[in-house]
Amino acid sequence: MSFAVVKAASYTLAHTPDFIPFGSTPTTAKARNDYEYFDTLKKGLRSFEDVVNYPPNQCYIGNITPQQLGEMAQPWYQSAAPAERTGKYGDILPQEEFFALLKASDAFDLVALTPEFIASANPKLAAHPQLKRFTLDAGKAMSAIDMHAMMEGHKAEPLTMNGELVGIVKQAHDEDENLSAHIMLENLTVKATGAHAALMLEAQGQDLSDIDYVIECSEEACGDINQRGGGNFAKAIAEMVGCSSATGSDLRGFCAAPAHSLVHAAALVKGGAFRKVMVVAGGAVAKLGMNSREHLAKDMPALEDCLAGFAFIVGENDGVSPIVNTDIIGRLNVGAGSSPQAVTSALVSEPLKAVGRKITDIDRYSAEMQNPEITKPAGAGDVPEANFKMIGALAVKEGQLERKELMNFVKNHGMPGFALTQGHIPSGVPYLGHGRDAIMNGDINSFMVIGKGSLFLGRMTNLFDGISTVVEKNPGVHGSSQNQAAAFDKDEARRLVAKAMQDVAARLAGSENE
Amino acid sequence: MDLENQKRIKDLAETHGNENVVVVLGGAEAEASGLAAETVTAGDPTFAGPLAGVQLGLSVYHITEEALKETFDADVYEEQVGMMEMVLPVEEIAAEMSQFRG
Amino acid sequence: MLKDKKVVILGDRDGVPGPAIEECVKTAGADVVFSTTECFV
Repeated sequence: MSFAVVKAASYTLAHTPDFIPFGSTPTTAKARNDYEYFDTLKKGLRSFEDVVNYPPNQCYIGNITPQQLGEMAQPWYQSAAPAERTGKYGDILPQEEFFALLKASDAFDLVALTPEFIASANPKLAAHPQLKRFTLDAGKAMSAIDMHAMMEGHKAEPLTMNGELVGIVKQAHDEDENLSAHIMLENLTVKATGAHAALMLEAQGQDLSDIDYVIECSEEACGDINQRGGGNFAKAIAEMVGCSSATGSDLRGFCAAPAHSLVHAAALVKGGAFRKVMVVAGGAVAKLGMNSREHLAKDMPALEDCLAGFAFIVGENDGVSPIVNTDIIGRLNVGAGSSPQAVTSALVSEPLKAVGRKITDIDRYSAEMQNPEITKPAGAGDVPEANFKMIGALAVKEGQLERKELMNFVKNHGMPGFALTQGHIPSGVPYLGHGRDAIMNGDINSFMVIGKGSLFLGRMTNLFDGISTVVEKNPGVHGSSQNQAAAFDKDEARRLVAKAMQDVAARLAGSENE
Repeated sequence: MDLENQKRIKDLAETHGNENVVVVLGGAEAEASGLAAETVTAGDPTFAGPLAGVQLGLSVYHITEEALKETFDADVYEEQVGMMEMVLPVEEIAAEMSQFRG
Repeated sequence: MLKDKKVVILGDRDGVPGPAIEECVKTAGADVVFSTTECFV
């Protein structure tokens, strides 16, 4: 059986400064009547231009590579040059377009918008190459007065633009807290941002109509009182973006879920159950402004002001796209323990050893790609760098690397973190786009995707979680797990290339004669 | 420090007596470790949690500090924490922690 | 230093997690009364 390949990856952001108060940290501040926090927060808000120009965001949407980001002076929020909101892998939505998309995601008439907002937003949707398929129905607009009445009864959450009310998200049930206005706002956000990411695959020329399975891997849960995490975001997103041939389901695993999903998708395709799987994830409202207290205390902007999304397609071997080498899967088994070295051995050195490879054989590691500018002030340090150091330290311990080469290993096999702290978003997969391109360009041959998750936050177990796999250069049309089973026929390839070149030459000659 | 954790520590100090409680940290970074140490000795410097204005004066160490390490079984320490010494800013953390001990 | 003391562990997901610290302090004869792991990401 042939390995599955990574066909494309998309990365998107939505700048939502007015959503920050719905985040976990601001919600706690509100409950404690901490007005000082909100006063400071106002001063720490960024403009859409600042968010677009912010170098880690430019890296996320594909306009600069992680290596280029690493060469830029820090703090990045002070070194931003004018940049484009659209990138190679996706784009950054301003809040107005995001609210419009939230309404477009609403299948149960839970989002209401003012007539003025609809009049302003529809032309913006029409101007967006992927969102022009959506038009807001002006006939369903609601007046701000009616909205205020619903909010006073705690039956709705406000959608505001720079503090001014433009819409609401209503509760979906009078008594069921699983369908409260706040939960509906979080869940519709997952759907909208996930759909945005999926549509940006289409912008890269991918056909979504023949995707036959969708895995959604964010951190929220949708359901009602009888099945709180029943699901399923995957099919809701699939329906919205036109994956009419697809079925799907949600996969959960805290911050490790996207890496689990990559392995699942590759296995579904390699095993032949499905041919083209899309993995998609929407953003996490709860994480907006999560570490904003620490950022504001250091006179930094509230950098967690965007929702993030991503999507990628894993398909049958096309002989060209990088393969997901599922012969190499790092597993953090239940018995593995949670000490950092046990985790790193299980995820990195053991699966490589099993196929006779060394840690230094893998060109890049994409572990947890959190932007260090966000995590350092919060006390978590530079998370990706700590991961690369751990991997390098393990290589030292196993005699594959000299101790003095440790920091060179970090530099050459790692990269700076550029993903927002949106929980699952940084989980190894932010590099799939850049890594795929780097392999296709011949810059690298392989990279390892590593996801890790803090299961203990769910209070069900003290266990830590993690999973990893390797994406690498396609050995040819019939790349297989045995490699020799259907070896790449070089002579046949040369014959095909020669024939194609002859055809081109003939056509060129023909056109010159005309 | 997490407000729920502050509450737990305050309750445990009351139950067992401040002199009997030792706090051991595993922080990734010096400044944050220092803040945690300050919280369980002089009180919550952010004045946000249950330890605001409460001087517990607990003994507090970071897991990588030499004085504490010596009391552990060396093999167990090596297996559980050893590699992190190559990763964490161990000296910076030790310097920060020493400020909160008399 | 830790012998017969009541130990509170504040581990860190991105530093040293709680369970790893727990294994160490147990070898020093301490009684772990609370162990948690913080997560900032």
